[in-house]
Amino acid sequence: MAEIQYAAPETVAAAVKALAAGKGRAKVLAGGTDLLVQLRAGRISPDVIVDIKKIPELRKVKKDKGGFRVGAAVSGQELGENADFRADWPGVLEGFELIGSTQVQGRASLGGNLCNGSPAADGVPGLIAAGATVTIAGPKGEREENVEDVVTGPGQTSLKAGEFVVSINLPKRGKRGGDAYLRFIPRTEMDIAVVGAAVSLTLDAKGVCTDARVSLGAVAPRPLLVKAAGKALVGTKVDDAALDALAAAASAACSPIDDKRGTIEFRTKVAGVLARRAALIALERARNNA
Amino acid sequence: MGNEEKQQSEISKGKYRVVGTRPIRPDGVDKVTGRATFGADFKPADMIYGRVVRSPHAHAVIKSINIEKALKVPGVKAIVTGKDFPDIGPGDIAAGEVVVSFYDMARNVIARDKVLYDGHAVAAVAATSPEAAAQAADLVEVEYKVLKPVMSARDAMAAGAPLLHDDMITQGVTPAPEKPSNVAHRHELKLGDIEAGFAEADEIIELEFNTQTVHQGYIEPHACVASMNADGVANVWCSSQGQFMVRAYTAKLCGLEISKVKVIPAEIGGGFGGKTVVYLEPLAVMLAKKAGRPVKMVMTRDEVLRATGPTSGGFGRCKLGAKKDGTITAADVELTYEAGAFAGSPVALGCMTGTASYDLANMRAVGWDVVVNRPKAAAYRAPGAPVAAFVVESTIDAMADKLGLDPLEMRLKNAAKEGTKAPYGPRFPRIGFVECLEAAKAHPHWTAPLGPNQGRGIAAGFWFNIGLSSSAAIALNEDGTVIVTEGNPDIGGSRASMAMMAAEVLGVEYERVKPLVADTESVPYSDLTGGSRVTFATGMAVTQAAQDLVKQLRERAAKIWDVDPDQVEWRDGQAVAIETDKHKPLSIADIGRMAGKTGGPLSGKANINAQGAGAGFGVHICDVEVDPETGYVSVKRYTAIQDVGTAIHPSYVEGQLQGGAAQGIGWALNEEYIYDKDGRMQNTGFLDYRMPVASDLPMIDTVLVEVPNPTHPFGVRGVGEVPIVPPLAAVANAVSHAIGKRCTDLPLSPPRLLAKIQGKG
Repeated sequence: MAEIQYAAPETVAAAVKALAAGKGRAKVLAGGTDLLVQLRAGRISPDVIVDIKKIPELRKVKKDKGGFRVGAAVSGQELGENADFRADWPGVLEGFELIGSTQVQGRASLGGNLCNGSPAADGVPGLIAAGATVTIAGPKGEREENVEDVVTGPGQTSLKAGEFVVSINLPKRGKRGGDAYLRFIPRTEMDIAVVGAAVSLTLDAKGVCTDARVSLGAVAPRPLLVKAAGKALVGTKVDDAALDALAAAASAACSPIDDKRGTIEFRTKVAGVLARRAALIALERARNNA
Repeated sequence: MGNEEKQQSEISKGKYRVVGTRPIRPDGVDKVTGRATFGADFKPADMIYGRVVRSPHAHAVIKSINIEKALKVPGVKAIVTGKDFPDIGPGDIAAGEVVVSFYDMARNVIARDKVLYDGHAVAAVAATSPEAAAQAADLVEVEYKVLKPVMSARDAMAAGAPLLHDDMITQGVTPAPEKPSNVAHRHELKLGDIEAGFAEADEIIELEFNTQTVHQGYIEPHACVASMNADGVANVWCSSQGQFMVRAYTAKLCGLEISKVKVIPAEIGGGFGGKTVVYLEPLAVMLAKKAGRPVKMVMTRDEVLRATGPTSGGFGRCKLGAKKDGTITAADVELTYEAGAFAGSPVALGCMTGTASYDLANMRAVGWDVVVNRPKAAAYRAPGAPVAAFVVESTIDAMADKLGLDPLEMRLKNAAKEGTKAPYGPRFPRIGFVECLEAAKAHPHWTAPLGPNQGRGIAAGFWFNIGLSSSAAIALNEDGTVIVTEGNPDIGGSRASMAMMAAEVLGVEYERVKPLVADTESVPYSDLTGGSRVTFATGMAVTQAAQDLVKQLRERAAKIWDVDPDQVEWRDGQAVAIETDKHKPLSIADIGRMAGKTGGPLSGKANINAQGAGAGFGVHICDVEVDPETGYVSVKRYTAIQDVGTAIHPSYVEGQLQGGAAQGIGWALNEEYIYDKDGRMQNTGFLDYRMPVASDLPMIDTVLVEVPNPTHPFGVRGVGEVPIVPPLAAVANAVSHAIGKRCTDLPLSPPRLLAKIQGKG
């Protein structure tokens, strides 16, 4: 096995510098729940590993303009203990908390789940539905990007060499808003999503949907923002007809593969079923969030 | 798991002092504190690391193997290929109690001219570090001529299919075929006249079934350490289901005399039949011989799934005739099992067991053993029986539905009982199948209400159970404690059961008996732990060894008292003089303390071939709920009922029932080998080889029916295998009732089931 340099910088600037030291094979380590497994399986052979857990701001959850800035290395356990976050974004947490076992939850981070680039990441559709952005640091300074634009294909992201995610930024939830995430696996746990569906919606005082975003996981080369599915709800009271239209739009957006985890036909069908079910949960939450 | 508050079972209550209670297992503390030594835990000084080079192709001719580059890796000490092993001619040879083809076994352990499945071993390297071994393994250059793989029995049997073995002539067909094929054997069993039986029937149903390859799924990967001394004596430390099996196979494959191989058993982290064969041990011995240092080999999970286990997938057909009242007039069963790369699927056992739960005047079972480019099937808990039961019990269920009969009543009407002629020949002695069905009928589960999208299934299962050879010795220590030495790895709590039976006979406390699973040079030959034989057969040996010791204890007391041994009784752990009260009773500790002065140390022994293993029957009830929009199946309630003879340690018997049910539920719902078009296995880890996790299962309720086996001193029947026989059909019958369509293809995974619900399956 080749030699690996390990760095544990304490500032974002030092981390950017440490990443630049790699010859194109540098890897960022947050919780390590994907990275260490890939390393052990021989799927990656980094020359530098930059541990970002020692950077204080990457471990903090901050209120920001009525929303939240979640440090990229905050673990599922830590975010789950934040009552304000749970009250505003239960659907985001639902996805995050599905990642791994109790032990893994103590390490796994939203930043890692996103940057691992899996089309099936449970933490990502909830963020896309929520309209979250990420703050990215790199040699050219900081930039912001929509979450739905980060993953570009299986294992691929829009991050350039030397860049890493500093925080995940959730907007202000506002009144009468609700979100939800559901995934389908053939078991109850210890599995990877065959289909994932997240819905975030907002109602007006009369119960009419004013805004809705729908995201699907595991049905395309990357997590999808399905605009047509969200549009199907806007202007409706989220009745059966609107939900049927949402399900149809969700299924229509799928371009999955046949693999060991599921078939094209199954994923396409179940994407609609899950999107509909998630919308009903989000609706219930929005109504209770008056 | 075992409810410690539960009282002794009804049968044993009052009859026994120790048997039927639930003491802590002797190996428990070491296991829960992580101190127990499993296959991968042994580390002799100077040890190096072995690694297997495996074929990336499912079917290919090996044109050449070049190890030059690999040998140059720093730290590499030895490399072996098939050429380093002795040639063993074709034909079956006796090894201990079993007859095996060492020709095939040798080629499975390390390929010679051809590789026959993805993961087939082609070479092995040993180096001073695992990294160096891995690097060298990557540098072993194997030149292949890739052939078209044959991945299913249907493809293998098709005209013009590529041949795995160009000399395979189907056996069991008259006249013998002239041309070779991928069909190794045809088996046939018959009772009565099925045509006459079908003519008598009011209804006839014929269904076809498909199942997939599944793995035993033991948690502990195969692991061993082997050394070879300068005088040519090999020592092997490993986890297996039988140290004598490992010794016999390793000696034969390495060309050594049996006395030149010593096998020291480690704790075993699950076997379920999958550790009744060798994979690594002969490679490690040959590497150790070449390197002159002990070699450790540990498989990864990927290797375990690609190259060990599994049990056969295949297809089946059952035609059933019945009268309106549910009497079965004829059953015609045909099973085709995939053996993997070499002949020897358990299809013959499928034919013998499928209808064995029923008293049938007319039956026929035909089995086809077919080779395919998948790993060679190994034993898996009641080998062959679960799929056969799935085929037969599903068809019986369909018949009950068609006739409008209660499926439990239909089974009662046809149930095998004492005197029923089994499809494989003999008449059953006292068995407890009717009692199991009655217990199911009386169980609240059977009549509990069901909710929407829910269904209930019931199915029965049979397994022979076996006896075979077992040895045991009991040594009396100076303080009256005893050591029970036996030769069977403890895979299901058998140490506890052995100690309990010895304590019962000797009249001593359970805590004063220490059981020991000994190496191949510290106890005489014992057949492996398998066939649900250990508590029965080795338990019988331990009981007889204890009786032998009791006889000597009485003789010793008689000598001390100067009376005839017949005047001494063994009562509650002490020698008591009868017909006189002038001698104070002598305890086992008293006699142990005086042993030296009264004639020398004391020990009892028994070396037996245990006859009369009692057949076992079980009945399982399963409730499921099906999500009609996704095909997701959730098991809501499960009850396993079984005739266990006498439960020596009820907690471990209940554990066997629960474990068998859990594995069977996995087999029914989500487990399957998935290959790509080139025959490469895709789901080589527990993430995608989807065994049930704890949260997938409800509490599995158990009912121990005790119809004692008359041939065992405590009435023991084997219990470990029966409980995996009914679940495939119990689950499938439940799902069939939940969706209103008959499910005939396993696994009932969501994509498959959703297609079925929506009318495409």
